Amino acid sequence: MTEVLAGLVAPFADIASSPRFFAEVLIGGVAAGLMYSLVALGFVLIFKASGVFNFAQGVMVLFAALTLVGLIERGLPVAVALALTVLVMVLLAFAIERIVLRPLVNQEYIILFMATIGLNFFLEGFGEMVWGANVKRLDVGIPDTSFKVAGVLVNRLELTAAVTAAVLVTVLAVFFQKTRIGRALRAVADDHLDRRVVGGGAGRHRGRHHVGRQERRAVQPFAHRPQGAACPHPRRLHVRPRRHRRRPHHRRRRKDRRGLLGAFGWRRDRKLVRLCDRLGVPPVPPARLVRRTNHRARMRATMRTHLLRWLTPRRSQGVR
Amino acid sequence: MIYREAGQFKTSYAADQAIFPIVQDRVLVTLGILAAFVVPPLVANEYWLQAVLIPLTIYALAALGLNLLTGYAGQLSLGTGGFMAVGAYAAFKLATAFPWLNILVVFGLAGLMAAMVGILFGIPSLRIKGFYLAVATLAAQFFLVWLFNKVPWFVNYASSGTITAPPRTVLGVMVTGPQATAPVRYVAALGVLALFALVAKNLVRGRMGRSWMAIRDRDIAAEIIGVRPLRTKLLAFAISSFYCGVAGAELVFLYLGSAETLAFDITLSFLVLFMVIIGGLGSILGSLLGAAFIVLIPIFLTNAPHHLGLALPVALQKQIELMVFGALIIFFLIVEPHGLARLWQIGKEKLRLWPFPH
Amino acid sequence: MNGATPGPLLEVDGVSVRFGALLALQQVSLTVQPGEVLAIIGPNGAGKTTLLNVISGFYHPDQGRIRFAGRDRTWLRPPDVAALGIARTFQNVALFRGMSVLDNIMTGRLLRMRGNVLFDALWWGPARRQELEHRAFVERIIDFLEIQAIRKTPAGQLPYGLQKRVELARALAAEPQLLLLDEPMAGMNVEEKEDMCRFILDVNEEFGTTIALIEHDMGVVMDISDRVMVLDYGRKIADGTPEQVRKDQAVLDAYLGVAHD
Repeated sequence: MTEVLAGLVAPFADIASSPRFFAEVLIGGVAAGLMYSLVALGFVLIFKASGVFNFAQGVMVLFAALTLVGLIERGLPVAVALALTVLVMVLLAFAIERIVLRPLVNQEYIILFMATIGLNFFLEGFGEMVWGANVKRLDVGIPDTSFKVAGVLVNRLELTAAVTAAVLVTVLAVFFQKTRIGRALRAVADDHLDRRVVGGGAGRHRGRHHVGRQERRAVQPFAHRPQGAACPHPRRLHVRPRRHRRRPHHRRRRKDRRGLLGAFGWRRDRKLVRLCDRLGVPPVPPARLVRRTNHRARMRATMRTHLLRWLTPRRSQGVR
Repeated sequence: MIYREAGQFKTSYAADQAIFPIVQDRVLVTLGILAAFVVPPLVANEYWLQAVLIPLTIYALAALGLNLLTGYAGQLSLGTGGFMAVGAYAAFKLATAFPWLNILVVFGLAGLMAAMVGILFGIPSLRIKGFYLAVATLAAQFFLVWLFNKVPWFVNYASSGTITAPPRTVLGVMVTGPQATAPVRYVAALGVLALFALVAKNLVRGRMGRSWMAIRDRDIAAEIIGVRPLRTKLLAFAISSFYCGVAGAELVFLYLGSAETLAFDITLSFLVLFMVIIGGLGSILGSLLGAAFIVLIPIFLTNAPHHLGLALPVALQKQIELMVFGALIIFFLIVEPHGLARLWQIGKEKLRLWPFPH
Repeated sequence: MNGATPGPLLEVDGVSVRFGALLALQQVSLTVQPGEVLAIIGPNGAGKTTLLNVISGFYHPDQGRIRFAGRDRTWLRPPDVAALGIARTFQNVALFRGMSVLDNIMTGRLLRMRGNVLFDALWWGPARRQELEHRAFVERIIDFLEIQAIRKTPAGQLPYGLQKRVELARALAAEPQLLLLDEPMAGMNVEEKEDMCRFILDVNEEFGTTIALIEHDMGVVMDISDRVMVLDYGRKIADGTPEQVRKDQAVLDAYLGVAHD
């Protein structure tokens, strides 16, 4: 019994006897905790935005580190390697969302969780295959030296990491609370289907009209009026028959008003027409000046359609 | 056309409530069970028995237990490895302390011990649900494994820290221990699996299954109907842990021969959860199919390059195995999130008409 | 039933329920005589569902008492209340989506099933006999409510009207003394409403069950109920026969309104 008590008391005695060492250990522990909190931040971010517990978070951190080390080993300067790594991780995230998560929209959370576990296995094998399985050394240029503050040794690397973590935490907290995208992400975490109804993200032009109709239908309350309190028959809804279908109003944008001669050509066209009127000549431009198809605009429109179709969710997938 | 039910009229409620109401099902399943008992011991070689069939039956039993808890009662549990460890270590202690006890009785008692531990770790389920309950059961997993590591009494103070299955006989045939042959062990494991699967099916189609499914689907409405939630959930934990405990005991006694706590860590819990989800939550057949899937895929992946004539370095092969395993899981979840059991059902529906068009 | 139990079946005495700052029910008192059909009406948010929740034990009142068959049962939990013989349906259908209709209705019989895990596991003896008995009873209810065709369909795949009917069947399966129905006819057309009314009246006449229902359709309320109670903002503003309530000025002001044409 006394051994147990002595064992409980001994650490505190050690702390009291060497306060400087205690401070160093404390700082080191806090710094390590802040670094782990960065990984935890990833978990929380993804959970907040999508409601998915991303089991593959650790392996994604590993993949990012492997990419960075691999790029540095191939001779790139640290800053470039860092930027490239960020780009690679963003692309990876897009790919994961498109391939793994989008088909599983609106499934139960356990299914999504298992999908991330599968992703964990996949990325583990993939990372090792691409970057090699041997032990690597990562050097980002932060000196691993220590300096003394009031007699306590503080490690520069740990300090940098701790400060970076603190800054990132604050930025993300502000992002989720204050910005529009952050709030939308938080709303999405509640219900995946709502996101598609509300239409956040790409396809906003098309989505806006859809949103109006769908939102209105969803929000319409069941009319709980007491029917026929005075008259026994249920009151009929008087519906006006619609003869013309109102088309959505297309505002003519400035770049639609293009004339023959480019962006400001429409002004010259108008002048031309007025001139023709004054001269008594029909304002028909000579045939060779008429551009039959606006190839540039058509190509742009086609590319836009395809890009949007690739980026937006297909309606038939995933909804049960 | 194979599954045409025309002409099969049931004239009593008992006939309607039978496990296999369709005659074709009954015939197929009886034949299948007979074949499973008779064919592999006669035909299969040592490798197939030892590496595939025996672990398949054992994991199927564990997956069955977890499916009762997660698929039917809706309580997500990640403590399967810990409960299997309890079964294994309890069986070891009982077998060494009471050598005259029949090994099957030892398995049963070990399962009971695991059931009691399961009840203890199921108490949080009244207050917490979903992922948070999963984390609470993770506590069970880590605590139990740590306990068996720390306390040397569980391994009978052996210096190696492992438990070894003592040789025991049933009806004069050596079932455990180094002398037990693979076919005997396979038949023993399969017998236990068949009995427990029947028990599970009976539980699930009766009163217990209905209260579990009620709790899973809408626990508030279930409470208002009259289901007592704590009792139902604890019973689910108990029965599921019983199954997992027996599976753990079998894992050591009939398959591995000797094991240490590393065999029961978190990867085992995830593996069994994979089996349950890929096989299909809430389906007895699903547990068996899922176990088959998870046991066969790594074997297939290990042997495929060799059969295809590709000579890959070992490290690359391992990486490709991991990648393909992960990709297969994701693919499977996308294609059929309700699991192999649902695919089986769809197949049976198609077989009602095939080969006729309508 | 046949007046064997003198006195009201259910007495709610000055019950108040408060959710934080919101007073959902204020000093609501009502009595339900055995064998009658009581309708509870009122605008949305008046506290009708809260009243039903309090009666079925899901909420406990902050003030007041509830007496069922003469005994105080204010503090019972929902499973105990169900054991006493009070069954209810829900406004947003609370069927168990993973089970078939037959299984759903059999869950209503769970209270009356005595269980022994061993016999359950072997499907033998008392477990089997009990299962078949309850199955026979449930089949009678299925015949009564005319839902034979959908016995084996998973409940999640049924249309709304049929789901409501299955819920009624599940509540009836418990052989309750008091049946609480929360908007049993929401979202139904005239034919379906007539069917439901017929079932409710049949249940009341054949089995003698006391029924308390929340309903918005005044036609239904005036036709089938023996007594009507009106709630408004958590307070009872009228209580009486349908004709009395229809002419009551407070009710007209708060809820029914008058025809202006």
